[in-house]
Amino acid sequence: MSLELKNVEKKVGIDTHIHPTSLKLEKNTINVLLGSTLAGKTTLMQIMAGLDKPTSGEIWFDGKNVTGMKVQKRNCSMVYQQFINYPNYTVYENIASPLAITGVKTDEIKQRVGKVAELLKLSAMLNKKPDELSGGQQQRTALARALVKDSDLILLDEPLANLDFKLREELREELPKLFEDRDCIVVYATTEPSDALMIGGNTATLLEGKVIQYGKTLEVYNKPENLISAKVFSDPPMNIAEITKSGDNCKFTDNDVQWKSSAKIKDGTYKIGIRPHNITTYKEGNNSVEINGKVQISELSGSESLIHFTNGNLNWVSLSNGTQQKNVGEDTKLYMNTDEFLYFDQNNRLVNNG
Amino acid sequence: MNKTINQKAWYFVIPVFVLVAFNAAIPLMTVVNYSFQETFGNNVFAWEGTRWFKQILLSERFHASLGRQFAFTFIILLIQIPLGIAIALTMPKKGWGVPVCLILMSMPLLIPWNVVGAMWNIFALPDIGFLGYTLNSVGFDYNFTQQPGDAWFTTILMDVWHWTSLVVLLSYAGLNSIQPAYYQAAEIDGASRWATFRYIELPKMKKVLTLAILLRFMDSFMIYTEPFVLTGGGPGNTTAFLSIDLVKMALGQFDLGPAAAMSLIYFFIVLLVCWVFYNLMMKNEAQS
Repeated sequence: MSLELKNVEKKVGIDTHIHPTSLKLEKNTINVLLGSTLAGKTTLMQIMAGLDKPTSGEIWFDGKNVTGMKVQKRNCSMVYQQFINYPNYTVYENIASPLAITGVKTDEIKQRVGKVAELLKLSAMLNKKPDELSGGQQQRTALARALVKDSDLILLDEPLANLDFKLREELREELPKLFEDRDCIVVYATTEPSDALMIGGNTATLLEGKVIQYGKTLEVYNKPENLISAKVFSDPPMNIAEITKSGDNCKFTDNDVQWKSSAKIKDGTYKIGIRPHNITTYKEGNNSVEINGKVQISELSGSESLIHFTNGNLNWVSLSNGTQQKNVGEDTKLYMNTDEFLYFDQNNRLVNNG
Repeated sequence: MNKTINQKAWYFVIPVFVLVAFNAAIPLMTVVNYSFQETFGNNVFAWEGTRWFKQILLSERFHASLGRQFAFTFIILLIQIPLGIAIALTMPKKGWGVPVCLILMSMPLLIPWNVVGAMWNIFALPDIGFLGYTLNSVGFDYNFTQQPGDAWFTTILMDVWHWTSLVVLLSYAGLNSIQPAYYQAAEIDGASRWATFRYIELPKMKKVLTLAILLRFMDSFMIYTEPFVLTGGGPGNTTAFLSIDLVKMALGQFDLGPAAAMSLIYFFIVLLVCWVFYNLMMKNEAQS
């Protein structure tokens, strides 16, 4: 069982929402679609579900061409960013609804709903209406409706985006476990790189209607094929600068900071990408290099500190552990872990992938 | 912390106070004044107690016009609400059709009420009116000025034409506030068109429909101008609804006492029905 998109393209009027895309999703996998708003995640999911038809290209499921087949005839379920439940059904009736429509027997419905409800901690709320539940519980109900059906394809469209922080964390931890023993393909759309890392599985990075890279989540994160993919998969944004390399010596074009690189690449000019957590207020790794910075913004995020600083033309973000208070305008020393630098050539392709 | 004492804020309430006084309280009290007394003009009043109220409540004339009023309101609600929802469901959701439909729908609402009455009067005249002439020429014996059934038919048709748009516009607004994801979810579940309407659209439209029913109830219960111009309450008294009957009593017969008592009873009925209706709706709301 697999879901395959073959050269799928979606145009609306003169706008191209999805550029020709080919993607193969395997059975028993969780696939994250990672990209900012309007990257085409939702459109892609709707095409996968059959809620929307591609302008050209084909969709194959389980070895069959299902392009243009209606969603009712496919066995899929979807969870949305908004909490979508039937407003005047109880939680029980909501979860049971997909089964009731397909004519499953009452006893079986009862048993299956009970099981899913327990899994999603809804057992105590089965007789309540969605309005009486918290946001988290409403979304759990929607998830339960998606799970109870034994779908071949489960689509989750930013399911955690409308939840508050605590609930989001809680549900995010549970999600991968929910799909563990299921015989299905899960697609999960999110704007947050941290969601993708937490969920694991495979990740496709998207930008402006194009799939930039698809692969195992950690691989995409550690070895982005190109600069765009690296940018999509970085929050806070990746720091980028131009460098020149001659021999083992590397040097920024914009300032005098130098370091020795073990990357096996030719001499010349490159772009490097540095993830914010590889620039810290303390030394990390054996090959860290000092850089001076003028603090622009200093903010705390939980137990981490974000320091936005400038160095000449560079306007960068660093992410350090602990609460590091810096004053705006202060000159400070930061350390870059050069082992983690990503080197891109003039065509923005990653070159130090070895 | 000490609270600053400043009573000047009361001045801000004065405009509303004055407005409500002149707009509602004082006229209403005048009516209350008349309803307990007998007058023969010249500002001479004689105390009558509750006599007029008893007289009205026991009068067959009042019972008849109240009955007609409830029948009329019930029938037009029964037609306008489902019809309004049905039209709203078929209206386009995007594209150039939206403004066209909305403008067409608002047209009847913009026409002054006595113009509506006059329009329909001419439209329905059996000898020269388009509707009346057509009906007669295809074999119906139609004459709204002489046959009570035809008069009712015409009055109801006129009200449906005039006011269904309001229900349409409210329902359309309610439908448009439903997120597309609900329809998709229903589609994925394989829900039928009827199930989608019954379990998504109808519950989501509940609030605007409550409003529509309440507005249509009050408006139709107080209807005066259109039937007055169309039928004048006739033939006989068959389309004399409460307010038409009331005006006949107050200005035609100059029975100010009974007319005042009838006004108050009329007012309390409207108030009571609205209160009961509102509470029932709110009770439902609290349950769900």
